[in-house]
Amino acid sequence: MAYTTIKKALIGALALSASSLAFAADKPLMMGASAKMLSDTCAGCHGTNGASVGPAIPSIGGLSTEYFVETMQGYKSGEILSTIMGRIAKGYNDEEFTAMAGFYAKKGFVAANQKFDAAKAKKGAKLHDKYCEKCHADGGTAADDDSGVLAGQLVPYLKWTLADYRAGDRPISKKMKKKLNKMLKAKGDGSIDDLMHFYASQQ
Amino acid sequence: MKITRRSFVKGAGAATAVGMIGTPFIALGASKKVVVVGGGTGGATAAKYLKLADPTIDVTLIEANKHYYTCYLSNEVLSGDRTIDQIKFGYSGVGKHGVKVVHDIVTGIDAGKRVVKTKGGKSFNYDRCIVAPGVDFKWDTIEGYDANVAETITHAWKAGSQTVTLRKQLLAMKDGGTVCITAPPNPFRCPPGPYERASQIAHYFKQHKPKSKIIILDPKPKFSKMGLFTQGWKDLYGYGTDNSMIEWHGTPKGSDDNVLSSIDAKTRTATTGFNEVQADVLNVIPAQKAGKIAFAAGLTKGDWCPINLHTFESTIHKNIHVIGDAAIAKGMPKSGYAANSEAKVCAASIAALLNGHELGTPAYVNTCYSIIGMDYGISVAAVYRLAEDGSKITKVSGGLTPKDASSEMRAREVQYAYSWFDNITNDAFN
Repeated sequence: MAYTTIKKALIGALALSASSLAFAADKPLMMGASAKMLSDTCAGCHGTNGASVGPAIPSIGGLSTEYFVETMQGYKSGEILSTIMGRIAKGYNDEEFTAMAGFYAKKGFVAANQKFDAAKAKKGAKLHDKYCEKCHADGGTAADDDSGVLAGQLVPYLKWTLADYRAGDRPISKKMKKKLNKMLKAKGDGSIDDLMHFYASQQ
Repeated sequence: MKITRRSFVKGAGAATAVGMIGTPFIALGASKKVVVVGGGTGGATAAKYLKLADPTIDVTLIEANKHYYTCYLSNEVLSGDRTIDQIKFGYSGVGKHGVKVVHDIVTGIDAGKRVVKTKGGKSFNYDRCIVAPGVDFKWDTIEGYDANVAETITHAWKAGSQTVTLRKQLLAMKDGGTVCITAPPNPFRCPPGPYERASQIAHYFKQHKPKSKIIILDPKPKFSKMGLFTQGWKDLYGYGTDNSMIEWHGTPKGSDDNVLSSIDAKTRTATTGFNEVQADVLNVIPAQKAGKIAFAAGLTKGDWCPINLHTFESTIHKNIHVIGDAAIAKGMPKSGYAANSEAKVCAASIAALLNGHELGTPAYVNTCYSIIGMDYGISVAAVYRLAEDGSKITKVSGGLTPKDASSEMRAREVQYAYSWFDNITNDAFN
């Protein structure tokens, strides 16, 4: 026990000095805020415990740690287009992304209360099964590996994200690009709308 | 494995004095009473997050009003894009977390005896007190202006009935009329607010009274998000042309050109060092200082409250913490999000202190949106860390919406602004 703590202390000392160099501040800065402390700063925009009440900012509670960290890194590097997140992500290091990801992964994903068209949602459910389910499992509710949660996520955010994928403003996996193109070719742009109604319908 | 500063400090202790680990600073079973004075965004957030941090802390929130009207997005009430009821929040949500809510006016705080006293004749003992009084106005800086006059020549800088009055005045004004907004000197609550207000009024005029004008008289040479606001005004309201709906008159350093000296309520005239504007609707946003109770409790130095930036504890009175607009949170603006963020740092610190734990490292964020017009949003954000010597809350990243952001991104920012509003109010009041 005491040994672990001392080891922690040594690593902590290293982390402190390394991280202090990351920012061009006049004075050394305090590092090592807890996962909760860091994560609570997100709640003003993303909702208490990451459950957004909408209408557009996505919920981040219940996301997989891998997806969370990758996305934050993408915002930080500018690979993922954003309005505000790129400016914010630059304020954290990988260790902190992992800490926040761990905090939010433990919170449940709360599906948003959104309006939807039942007929479109039905069509969307079929489309999801055919084109998306393989990675976004269980109707888009699963938060596994590097896939985002789709079911119950805020629809404006999903729409914009998909538009950014299509425009090349967000890195897209080969698999997803293939599936998405296949769906659009077979079913047209209206298929995206149907999908959105399906995700909105899962509450 | 996660390395925290706390484990580092604990670890350092372990190397020299293993036996000291875990020794509480206070005896178990000691009382943990916190009284929060003021139920705005900061006070409500602090009360809720204290309960979330440690449900055994006895938290009482004392607030004069049954409802709180947010200052943020109240400018949309002026344009008609939002109703006054959409910025109105009650305290049942905070109560749900186990916070005792008392509606009364705090008249004094005895820092020695640790007692909060109210107008209703009640006394509340505390171990720690959080004061979140918001702002008050420096009426005496403007001749002819006071709290009574403000019922007709509004400031509308605390949202509520005056927001409604100002909206009615705008509705009643004839097309071709002039609105004059006098902006306050720094520092003040919501630095981009006066300019978003001008934008929202222009947004209304553009649809309903296109021949009307807005004149801003400003005692400052520049203002928050200035580049983005002027760009937005050019894009939407003809700024800089002869036909501009908005005119901004600033004041060079050392001059008193547009420093408001007096108003005439009868003729709705504002007089500055250089200008005299007779308006159809006059909106006077006075210079500001910490809310009344901060002065009554002796928590101020000059106009605001000096604090420890790690705990938000007053540097004047022990066991009293000050958060939000009234505090001198060196490095952070006086904004709703800053108050929400400060409240969480303060609540975490108090929970640690009351339980005899060491303080954790704080983390702070500010995000702030302004809506300039239809599908036209801009923002500023910042992530902060505390200097190790505690001297400053230091910005490590952030900044403004890029000037060359596409119209698509500006439209998204409006929807994100609305989400920001729904989530921050939910985070504070629910």
